[in-house]
Amino acid sequence: MNTEDAQAVGLTLGTAALSTLLIFPFGVALAWLLARKEWTGKSLVETVVALPLVMPPVATGLILLNLLGRHGPIGSFIGKIFGAEIVFTWKAVVAAMAVMSFPFLVRTVRLAFEEINPRLEQVARTLGASPARVFTTITLPLAARGMVAGAVWAFARALGEFGATILVAGNIPGRTTTMSVAIYSDIQLGQEGHAYGLMGLSAVLAFAAILFSNQFSKWGGTR
Amino acid sequence: MKFTVQKLQLRQGTFLLEADLEVRGEVIGIFGSSGAGKTSLLEVVAGLRKRASGFIAVDDLVLMDRDGGIFLAPEQRGVGYVPQDLALFPHLSVRRNLAYGHKPAALSSGINLAHVAGVLEIEALLDRSIADLSGGQKQRVAFARALLASPRLLLMDEPLASLDQELKWKIIPYLKRIRDEFKIPMLYVSHSPDEVIELCDQVIVMRDGKCLRTRPPGEIFEAATSMALKPGIYRNAQ
Repeated sequence: MNTEDAQAVGLTLGTAALSTLLIFPFGVALAWLLARKEWTGKSLVETVVALPLVMPPVATGLILLNLLGRHGPIGSFIGKIFGAEIVFTWKAVVAAMAVMSFPFLVRTVRLAFEEINPRLEQVARTLGASPARVFTTITLPLAARGMVAGAVWAFARALGEFGATILVAGNIPGRTTTMSVAIYSDIQLGQEGHAYGLMGLSAVLAFAAILFSNQFSKWGGTR
Repeated sequence: MKFTVQKLQLRQGTFLLEADLEVRGEVIGIFGSSGAGKTSLLEVVAGLRKRASGFIAVDDLVLMDRDGGIFLAPEQRGVGYVPQDLALFPHLSVRRNLAYGHKPAALSSGINLAHVAGVLEIEALLDRSIADLSGGQKQRVAFARALLASPRLLLMDEPLASLDQELKWKIIPYLKRIRDEFKIPMLYVSHSPDEVIELCDQVIVMRDGKCLRTRPPGEIFEAATSMALKPGIYRNAQ
């Protein structure tokens, strides 16, 4: 593995972890709202959140490019406030990973919330607990396994992100080149040895993430 | 206890719960077949049905008065609710289940963990997990958890419905102990006449979402009046 490949691995792990951390609180909150509340616009939000699952990743990347670009509504706002550019930086990699992995997090955590018997929360209320106490002492602990599983799936999805990333962050070695982009680039340049090395590492990481998620679920289920 | 319900309405799809009654009793049974609205009425009293309208009071405490803009949240009502599925917290030990709603103020009322655990004979279960309990043990832990919240009113939603006849008649004495030892008024939902005869001093009869009448159990179950003192007269009638 050469320096550029090592940089790609480091950047991929770092940005995937950061994107998972960033989306986690929002994903959990949205999953709870979708699982437990009825509200106007719920179906619309459900559909929008699921869009990255079915849209071509490159199309999602194009949308992000328009939103985050220097003249885009989000990009220009951040440029004015922080003086920072997003597209073709590591921040764009994080943004692409976050958008593409968000549906995985929300769907998994939502299922975890839906599996909790609402009676448990109702009884906790009648025992004198405020809604906040019910959430922290009943809902969150019972959904913990699903939340960890959701985070692992989101992280794993972020590791493999390619289509949106290459459009919104490009392929700048050491700055925006992720493992997936590096594999593509290595193949293009005829460096198949490097490509297979990264492919093997990707497989190991994905395998470890899914194994961890499954083992964690089993451990939790037999507590 | 005086249990007052005025102009209560709760619509759920095509089902309409309506009630208008005033009952005095310490253990008031709510009796009727499945789908009569018994559980819905109990949930309204517990504050779990926000869409209900009307007026509900227990003695002088108004739990809900929609015209007066009063709707106490479940945690403000001081009710001990035991649902049919018991809803014990599976991730907490028996001890932590019992401690969940236990208030220090309860010490002055004589309701404390040692006392309740003793009455319900669950001292040996305190450090077990919920998954390790038998059906009857779960029932007693659910009763204890509700009691330890020092409720002004216990709400029991068919707590014995899931038990076989033999176990049911082992648990009924514990319910009598709760009634006689702690003297907390109780609304007791059941579709079983023998439970109602054993435990209640007044019965609200419900059908199709309406409260048909309120009488002592002896009058409701006339045919069994002469035998009502014999425990388990309906034991084999279910």
